[in-house]
Amino acid sequence: MSTARDKEKARLFTRRSLIMAGGQAALMSVLAGRLYYLQVLQSDEYTMMANENRMNMRLLAPLRGRIVDRFGQEVASNRQNYRVVLIREQTKSVEETLDRLSDLVPVSNADRARVLKETKRKRGFVPIPVMENLSWDEFSRINVNSPELPGIQLDVGETRHYPYKNLFAHIVGYVGSVSERDLQNLEPDPLLELPGFKIGKNGIEKYYDLSLRGTAGTSRVEANAYGRVIRELNRQEGSAGDDLELTIDVELQKYAVERMGTESAAAVIIDIHTGDVLSMVSVPSFDPNSFTTGIGIEEWKGLQSNPKHPLSNKAIAGQYPPGSTFKMIVALAALEAGVISSDHKVFCNGSTKLGRHKFHCWKRGGHGKLNLRSAIEQSCDVYFYDIAKKVGVDKIAEMANRFGLGNKLDLDLFGEKSGLIPSTEWKQAVRGERWQGGDTFNVGIGQGYVLTTPLQLAVMTARLANGGKSVEPRLVKPRGSTDTDENPDEDRSEIKNEDMGVSKAALRMVLGGMFDVVNGTKGTARASKIKTEGWEMAGKSGTAQVRRISKKERLSRVLKSNERPWEYRDHALFVAYAPFNNPRYAVSVIVEHGGSGSKVAAPIARDLLEEVLRLDPAREKEADDA
Amino acid sequence: MLREIGGPDKPISLSRKIWDLNWGLILLICATASVGFLMLYSAANGNLEPWASRQMIRFGAGLCIMIVVAITDIRIWLRLSYPLYAIALLMLGAVEVMGVIGMGARRWVEIGPIQVQPSEIMKITLVMAVARYFHGVSLEDVRRIRWLLPPLVMVALPAALVLRQPDLGTALLLVAGAGIVFFVAGVQWWKFALIIGTAIPSGFFAYQFLHEYQKKRILIFLNPESDPLGAGYHIMQSKIALGSGGIFGKGFVQGTQSHLNYLPEMRTDFIFSMLAEEFGMMGGLILFALYILLMAYGYAIAFRSQNHFGRLLALGLTGVFFLYIFINIAMVMGLVPVVGVPLPLISYGGTSMLTLLISFGLIMSVYVHRDIEMQRKQY
Repeated sequence: MSTARDKEKARLFTRRSLIMAGGQAALMSVLAGRLYYLQVLQSDEYTMMANENRMNMRLLAPLRGRIVDRFGQEVASNRQNYRVVLIREQTKSVEETLDRLSDLVPVSNADRARVLKETKRKRGFVPIPVMENLSWDEFSRINVNSPELPGIQLDVGETRHYPYKNLFAHIVGYVGSVSERDLQNLEPDPLLELPGFKIGKNGIEKYYDLSLRGTAGTSRVEANAYGRVIRELNRQEGSAGDDLELTIDVELQKYAVERMGTESAAAVIIDIHTGDVLSMVSVPSFDPNSFTTGIGIEEWKGLQSNPKHPLSNKAIAGQYPPGSTFKMIVALAALEAGVISSDHKVFCNGSTKLGRHKFHCWKRGGHGKLNLRSAIEQSCDVYFYDIAKKVGVDKIAEMANRFGLGNKLDLDLFGEKSGLIPSTEWKQAVRGERWQGGDTFNVGIGQGYVLTTPLQLAVMTARLANGGKSVEPRLVKPRGSTDTDENPDEDRSEIKNEDMGVSKAALRMVLGGMFDVVNGTKGTARASKIKTEGWEMAGKSGTAQVRRISKKERLSRVLKSNERPWEYRDHALFVAYAPFNNPRYAVSVIVEHGGSGSKVAAPIARDLLEEVLRLDPAREKEADDA
Repeated sequence: MLREIGGPDKPISLSRKIWDLNWGLILLICATASVGFLMLYSAANGNLEPWASRQMIRFGAGLCIMIVVAITDIRIWLRLSYPLYAIALLMLGAVEVMGVIGMGARRWVEIGPIQVQPSEIMKITLVMAVARYFHGVSLEDVRRIRWLLPPLVMVALPAALVLRQPDLGTALLLVAGAGIVFFVAGVQWWKFALIIGTAIPSGFFAYQFLHEYQKKRILIFLNPESDPLGAGYHIMQSKIALGSGGIFGKGFVQGTQSHLNYLPEMRTDFIFSMLAEEFGMMGGLILFALYILLMAYGYAIAFRSQNHFGRLLALGLTGVFFLYIFINIAMVMGLVPVVGVPLPLISYGGTSMLTLLISFGLIMSVYVHRDIEMQRKQY
């Protein structure tokens, strides 16, 4: 019953519907076109972005090389360390995550503040260490609750461990976290950005950081939007750091540290032929393990304010007037220059005059008439005023330099000091003053401007004892001379010590004096002789004034060293070598504010030499030689 | 009673009706829904649980309802058009008063144990009501503005209520869906031009009153790269999923963007991105083909119908179906702003599945009762 109008209506409907269909078809084509644009034309770009999304490059920290002593004892090793890291971009609120974490394990406020600071500084996907050295209990508690801790990840790392604690603190140093400053100063290495990565901060750890560090491996992993690793795509292992062999003997070091006790002191024991530093002691010391795990403020303040300076390595960074231990150099300079003959004699009446100044001998009554050998034996100051004046300071300085004083010895450590050997030129250049005769007198007895380090004194003694050869100290053994070694020439036993050209007769004379110091009837250190036959020790005591004794004091009564406050007491020094007839080891000992060298330092030097001879750290080499 | 209102036609027997159902259309619906099951299976990393199986059950139930709707006499639907519209409008009003708040908007009402989204029901009932209205209007009256006022009010009321929820996307869908019926009913071109001409400036004006998150969505849409980790993240990741799929896709259950959770809402609004990532452009085009065939059925049924209500209803519902498809896919491709519109028959979700199947039931009812003639003035 359709009317014409209704037919018209239906036709209009059909027309409009077809227009509609056309419009819809056009829009569908737009979608198809867009699909083509995205999935064909721009496919490569989006494929890359999809891969960037899912693939994460992770650095694998290499195992740090170990540090061992000359017999392979580990003095720095690696130990497992359970730790928590936080990845900012995986959590909505860092604060909230930290709150939840601290319900499970104690998170200190300092850690919290540090993490919050680092989250702002580092890129979102970089894991930030929150806590380290967790107990197994804490570790598993966090593990169980990990679903409620977005952004928190657990891992097991390696941490540096120093089994001998304070024994090697000054030699080996310690490792620590990479600081902002390290990032600027060090060669760029992606490892430095790795969370919790530790680099050498001091000592051998710092000096040999690059070779100990090793190279990073990489692992490409597929991760989901929440950062969870789904699987590893491929892995390239890095290489562990190289092990490092020290010349130190752990047993000897242990003995030496114990022997020094609670003094503020330093000692160096060195092989006079190879230059191997067998022991280097600076007490008091500190536990480097505290530094690797992050030292507490209290402990740090304690170390810094301690008057005995535990943080400083006195063996290389302590500069002391050598006192009478310098007299061998003065004697050699005079003999070599020919200004005195081998039987030159001086009469000591307790003092000598230079212009209006009076220079005193340590012995108030005087020594009487002395030759060179007994002047060394009894450490007569007047004798050395005399010959120093004769030879002049520049010749003395030249001889001192040849024996290793006044310059850095380039031991592989940071912070080594060069000491100071004055000369006329030096005084003019640095002080702008002319050299005075009195200055020479002071240099003659190792006082005045002269400064040396215990290491330098040990090297000086070694060069005297080995017959004037230029042995260089070393702390790290060269790489083993195996067949596969790149440099087979660099044999560890092959030490080229050049003869420094010092007259043998003059040396013999000086060494004889040193023998008498310990073994002579009037020797200043005769109380400290080594009685074992064949192990006889030769040495020289020194007592270095910390401050000048005023004329007024001298007129009234000079306070004995041990009557003064600790910091005004004299430094006690002793250098020695043994055995006298077949010299092998040299030692230098300094006890800060210890008083008399012959009374305080000599017994220590004797004990150290006896111990090194007993242990004989060079035995392996002798076995090779045989 | 049917005879009384149905004019000269005899009531069609039940067996005849079932025989007359568009089995080809039903097959197409099943095929399209199966694409959805496949994607939900993939979304669960190759498991029926928890999504694919539940979606299948819903689909099965929806299919039964669809057939019941299809064999229900078209004249009953005609008569129910206004009452159903009124009920849906009341429910929308109820949302305003006692709705459940979810995702920052008030969209659901609880009726006993089930949550209903009245805006979904309104999408059908509005088309029914407008079709019912134009069924009863003569060609001359269609051209008179006075006669256009009632249907405009019919559209404006629910659109305003939905806008208040606030749900801009659905409001626009309602207006556009009704607009299609207006258009095919014969409302003159210039009136559309006038409305669109006034809508755009007032849209700019309305922008000032939008919620902050809606403003942000529009801004982010205009430049998604400006905020890659914020609101632009969804669009960006969706485009990466699509683009990295290439021509042939990464393979079933192999999509990295979806399986590694970079793709947001991959079971619902962004399911097309997942499909196009795993099956590539080919997969996308196959789905397009299925949709085009479904719509072609809608058109064919509309043209075949002998009564104007049936024609308007079938075409209007097909038009809404198209709008869903277009808006959803254009959204995941970054062509239109992110509005919460599911992909028909594919996205996970009970209400939209049910709504769509009822729509298809109505379209089929138009076909089953295609030869029934209904007088304009009789109702």
